[in-house]
Formats: sequence, structure tokens, C-alpha cells
Amino acid sequence: MYRIKTTDRAAITRTRTLVTNLFTLAAGIVMIGIILMFCGANPFYAISEIFTGSFGSMYGIGETITKAIPLILIGAGLTLAFRAKFWNIGAEGQLLMGAVLGTWVGLNFGDTLPGYILVPLMFGAGFAGGAICGVIPAILKIKYSINEVISTLMLNYICAEFITFLIVGPWKGSSRFGFPGTDSLPEAAVLGVIPGTRIHWATLVFAVVFAVFLTVVISKTRFGYEARVVGENPDAGKYAGINFTGTMISIMIISGGAAGLAGVGEVAGIHHHLGHPGAVSSGYGFTAIIVAWLAKLNPVLTIVSGIFLAGILVGSDAIQISLGLPAATVQVVNGTLLIFLIMGDFFLKHKIRITKWKTS
Amino acid sequence: MKQIETLEMVEISKSFQGVYANRNLSLNVGSGEILGLLGENGAGKTTLMNILYGLYQPDSGSILINGEKAEIQSPIDSISKGIGMVHQHFMLIQNHSVIENIALGYKDTPFFFPKLSIRQKVREFAEKFRLDIDLSKRVWELSAGEQQRVEIINALLNGADVLILDEPTSVLTPQEIRELFMILNDMKKHGHMIIFISHKLDEVMEICDRVTVLRKGEIIGSADTRKTDKKALARMMVGKDVIFNIKKEKLNRGNPVLNVDHIRVLDDKGKVAVKDISFAVHEYEIFGVAGVAGNGQRELAEAITGIRQAASGKISIKGADITNLSPRKIYDSGVSHIPEERIKFGIAPGLFLYDNAILKQHHLKKYSRRSFLHYKRIKQHSMELVDNFNVFTSSINTEIRNLSGGNIQKLILGREISEDPPLLVASHPTYGLDVGATQYLRERLLDRRRLGGSVLLFSEDLDEIFEVCDRVAVIFEGEFTGIIEPGDEHTGDIGMMMAGSLRI
Repeated sequence: MYRIKTTDRAAITRTRTLVTNLFTLAAGIVMIGIILMFCGANPFYAISEIFTGSFGSMYGIGETITKAIPLILIGAGLTLAFRAKFWNIGAEGQLLMGAVLGTWVGLNFGDTLPGYILVPLMFGAGFAGGAICGVIPAILKIKYSINEVISTLMLNYICAEFITFLIVGPWKGSSRFGFPGTDSLPEAAVLGVIPGTRIHWATLVFAVVFAVFLTVVISKTRFGYEARVVGENPDAGKYAGINFTGTMISIMIISGGAAGLAGVGEVAGIHHHLGHPGAVSSGYGFTAIIVAWLAKLNPVLTIVSGIFLAGILVGSDAIQISLGLPAATVQVVNGTLLIFLIMGDFFLKHKIRITKWKTS
Repeated sequence: MKQIETLEMVEISKSFQGVYANRNLSLNVGSGEILGLLGENGAGKTTLMNILYGLYQPDSGSILINGEKAEIQSPIDSISKGIGMVHQHFMLIQNHSVIENIALGYKDTPFFFPKLSIRQKVREFAEKFRLDIDLSKRVWELSAGEQQRVEIINALLNGADVLILDEPTSVLTPQEIRELFMILNDMKKHGHMIIFISHKLDEVMEICDRVTVLRKGEIIGSADTRKTDKKALARMMVGKDVIFNIKKEKLNRGNPVLNVDHIRVLDDKGKVAVKDISFAVHEYEIFGVAGVAGNGQRELAEAITGIRQAASGKISIKGADITNLSPRKIYDSGVSHIPEERIKFGIAPGLFLYDNAILKQHHLKKYSRRSFLHYKRIKQHSMELVDNFNVFTSSINTEIRNLSGGNIQKLILGREISEDPPLLVASHPTYGLDVGATQYLRERLLDRRRLGGSVLLFSEDLDEIFEVCDRVAVIFEGEFTGIIEPGDEHTGDIGMMMAGSLRI
């Protein structure tokens, strides 16, 4: 008889982290290949197509960067929440609420305010929308010990249904010929793009700056220190005199707010109106969880992992069309990668040995 | 039907990482006998019983049932041989009903309709031993005493002839203790053997026929309860006669630093853990609180350091009221704290050593400019702590979880006294440390005293208490049973005071 014995690894070096991550990514891609094979596609061709589709042409790169913008913003914000062991699964809803409040400002003040005032106002409102959505589960957790995984997840649906209600009800646009959706945002509220692409550069700059800024906050500031202590050991935080409630709420304001900003970016940079929730965000709030995890909860690395995951999104879209694969291909690819990354984390932290069973 | 007439444990030894928990322990119980196991926390009582119950395997020694060697590899073996155990913390499923819990613990429960088949059997047992209990109630609705009865029924139903009770009275009200003793006497009449683990002298004298005293893993003595008295047992429990260490330098007590005035504190369950305690700790003084764990020490320490709210009373530092302020404000008014569970409270294990070196001080101006932390200064400070307090580590850039317990404790001590606080509250600072680290920490505590600081020391180790303290208070069930000073005639009675049998 054999048995598997796991022990904690004492020291985890940077090299080991890097090697483990590359291995898990490779293993994940092999698994994706196997799944695609069962769908009747040639796995080698399909996987090479994923990468040529996303990084092989100027158009592909433009699309990849466009999709990377919300992923970096949200992913960076999630690293902070995850460091504090607050499992925020509600970034999707936070994004949507940001989109709602951003749109509201754009539609109501777009004709009276110039763009350089209007756009910051829209982003401010979007930040507030995401932050409110993020703070609610934090308060529920602190006051009533309600598990944040459940409450953040459920809020996603509430936010999505709220948008549906708005676009078929009170906010339904007069210029939409009866289709659900608000009127288009006025000229002043629309973000500029890099010509020939859909990259709304203002949000891109914002995302990169935010990721760098948050890295500094986490590693250099007192707030970042307190967030890390609370995440590592809440009892020690209490003993150290850290205000748990205040720290948690600040964390969720930032994490939720970042998702809200991404929502404004999507509406003002790409769609130019508030439409069906599934169109406003194609699951960025969920994909960003993988982005944060792949970045090892280091905000600045979400720039890299965000672009990588965006590439996978664009590439999977491409093979879905060119190889005639089912619409769920993107989710399957994403989910497989996340599972492998989490498994990789286990192998990174533990040593596994197979030993002979002692029969006494 | 009875499986066990006599039970013997012979020359049992068990060590954990080189430290003996049990050393050549032998004991025996006969039919219809209640044997008391008496000793302080950490004396090895529970380890010994866990060996008997099959949870641990002894390093050497054997267990004899009716004179024959018995192989007990796991609780399944011990239960089938007629040994039952009721743990100090009940092993019941809170959301299930009483009958469901009993069915779960019963060895012959059928797969289908488990409750139906055993209900009648449970009733019989409950009547026989007057174990009054509502079988359909859910466990969370029961009082501690009722939960204990469920555990006892469980053991009896499985045919336990020997019943081990680990600190059975610690969670009970006085009325429930009376009821438990009636049940135990009934069981005794039916020929059951009971091993009763306790550190309360009065109870042991009342219920037990014989008593065996353990201390630091060894048997100190055994006695017939009819032929001995509490005083003799207390002396055995504490060991040699304790005396204050008079070799430490003589210092005159200074002004009072900490004043505790009629304080009352509740525990996690809302029960009164500290009842109306008042005392003062002075400059140039180490004030010790001795007592068996779980008598309110933890709640008292937490109330003084702000981790727990006091229900009533007043705590002040050098005249300034600090009652129920936030832990940070209390730290800033001069109270530092070595917490009872260093890993649980004292450190953030996954952060670096240097991060942990400022856990309590990171908000101070010298480490925190505007909202940024001054990492250069923090690392330098960490380096100094590591050097000055002999912390053995490869680097300050390592995660603190990689350090040994003793080194973590030295770092915590260094961190807590680095700002030269007027009062240091130290809870079991040397618990689980090796001899070298223990001696080192005690000397640093004496340094605090020499420099004019005051120390409030909570410890279960009487040797430690009497080595470093100037005055010693004994705590029992949330009250001081007395405060002893050097030359006090009652010093020898500390065992009695710890067991609640004497108040001065």
C-alpha cells in the first residue's frame, strides 16, 4: 500500500514560484488542448490559433489591449481585497453599478458640462457606485458575520437585474426604436480612442497608473501594512490596535471603486450607452479573479496577467468563430486556467511525497 | 456482561519532541472505584488518559485489563474493550438532536432507521442512572450539564465499564455538579470504575475513593481520600515547598503604575470570568498572578490591554483612566503586552520579521511619516531587536513563521519593551520554551524591574512566579483568593489557594 503525504514547504523562493507558475500554465494549456480535442478541433492548431488571434495582428493586439483595460483595473483592485482575505467575487456587479452611475452623470449633465469636467465626474460617480456595491458585503460581514463569497456573488445578480430594469423601464431611450437600452451618451461624455482601435486610452493610462499606485500603497504605506496584517491574522490586528472595521471598509471602497471605474470605461469608451448587462461587461469581474491570482496578488503584475488573460479572451473568441466551437469555449478556457493556477498554489506551498504504508 | 474487573497502566512513558509528558507512570483501578487524578495544567493527566483511550500510543509501557495485556491502537479498540471517555470539550454535533448524537456514537447503530432501534435502549439507561434528558432536543439547546449527560449516556451505551472524565466540573454550575456526583455514585454502585481528572481539591476529596497526584509528568504520590487531608494533597500538587527568591536585588517599591479597581469581566460566552478584582502594581515591582489556567487570567489580561471590554470597574495607568479604551490608546498610554497565545495574537505569520517587529509601533511617528512607513528605519530597528534580544534567525527578511517559538517570543518581548513602557503585561511568557530561552526571558523581566518598570506576570509555573515576583496574587474562579508577600505565613498554602480551598 502506498499513501500520499503532504507537508508544508519551509521556504518558497522566487525562482520556485516562477517555475511552478509556468508549469501550471503549461499544464493548463495542455488540458485545454485535450478538452478542445473532444470538441473535434485539432488541439495544436486551436491553441496556436488562440495566440495568433490575440497577438498575431495589429487588430488582435488592439482588441487584446482593449479587453485588458477592465481586467487590469479590476484585477489590481481585487489583489488588495484578496490580500486582506476578503473574497470579493462581486467585481462584476461593482463594475455594473459603476457603469450605471457613470451613465447617469453622462446622460444628465452631458449637454451642459464640457468634457474635461464631465468625464472626471463620470469616473467619480462610477467609483462611488462600485464602492457602495463593495462596501455593503463588507458591512454585512463585519456586523453579522455573513460570508462575503455569498453576498458579493449574489449582489452581482441584483446589479445585473437592476440594469435590466433601468433599460427596459425608466431609462429606456427614445432613440432605441423600442429596444432595451438608454440613449447614446452625448459627444462630451465619450472617451477618445487610439485611431484604428477601440482602445480608450484615458482608461488604459488610468489602469496602469492605478496598478502601480496600489503596489506602492500595499508595500510602502501604513494602510497597506494594516491591510496585510488584518489579512494574515485578524486577531493580531486587533492586538496591534488596528481598526478592523475601518480598514476592511477602506479596502472594499478601493476594490469596488476600481471595478466601478472599469464600468465607466466600458460604457463611455466602447458602448456609448447603457445596454444589456451581458453586453456592458463580458464577465470581466470574474475573469479578473484569475488575473489577480495569476499576478500572485501583486497589483503591478496584473498589467502582465491582465494582457495575457485578455489575449486568451480574444483568442478564444477567434477560434470559436473560425473552428465553429461552442459559445462556452471562452468560459471553459478561463475556468480550466483558474483551476490549474489554484492547484499550482497548492504544490507551491506543500511538499508531496508518496511513501510506503506502514503495516503494523 | 462486564468486561473489565481491574485496569492497570504500567510504566507508561510518552514524550513529545523530546519533552516527557508522562514518565514511567503506573496506576490501577478496581471495580466500583472512583480514582482521582490530580495535578496542575500540563502535569500530564490528559496525555495519560488519551493513551488509555487510544488517541496516543505510548513510547513504552503497557495497559493491562483483568491482568492481561491489552492492545489499544485507537478509540475503536478502547470502546470495544469497555473504556469510555468524556472530554473536557464535548464532542457533540450541535445541530443534531440528542438521540441522533447518541445514534452516531453508538457502535451497533443499524444503517437504516438508526433512531428507532436505540430509543428504547437509551431510555432504559437513562432511567437506571437517573440521567434526565429530553431526547428530541437539539444539542445547542442544552446546558453544559445536559450535554455532559449525553456524553455519559453515549459511553454507557457502548458498554463502558471504565469511564474517564476529563475536568468534568469545569463547565458546570454548582447545582449541576451535585447532579453529576449523584450520577457518578449510582454508577459506582453498579460496579463501574471512574477516573476523575481534576485540579479542584474539594471535589476530589468529596467524590473519589483514591487519588493519584501528578506533577510534571511523574507520579508524586497516591492516597486514600479518607486517610489524607487537603493540605497534604495541595503540597503534593505544588511539589516542594515554594519560597520567594530572595537572591534578586532588593528594590523599594515606587509609585503605583497600574490601578485596577473592582473590575468585572465577562468571557466569550457571557459568563462572569473576573469577579470584582482590585489591585495595584508599582514601579520597581513584578506582580505575579498564579492560578490554574481558565480561572479568569486571560480575561483579566485582555481587559487591561484593551482587547476585551470590562463590564464594570475602573483601570488606570498612573492616575489616567484607560478603562475600555482601544488597544492602541492603551498602548500609547504605556501598557505593552506579551499575549498568551503568541502565534494567535502576537504575530502575523506570513509577513516578514521586520513587519512583525513593529506590529504594535507602526503608527508611531518615527516609523510612519504621513501615511508612508519608514522601512529603512524599521529594518534598522528590527536588526537591533534581533541583536539585542538574541533572536536566532537567518535574516530579518524571512517570514516570521520560519522562526522557532522561543525566537518568536524573544522578538515579541523585545518589541514590547523597546519603547520602555511603564507597564508590561506578560501572559505565560515562557510557556513551551526551552530552558535557555526561559532563563533569558526571566532575566529580561527582572531587568524591567531594575529599570523602574512594572510587570504584571500571569503564569501557571509556580517556580517562575516565585523566582521573579515581588508579590503574588492567587486567582481562583475569577477572584483573588489572596495576595502573598515575602515572609507571609501563607506562602506554603498556595496550593490550597489555587484549588479554591483557602482564602486569606
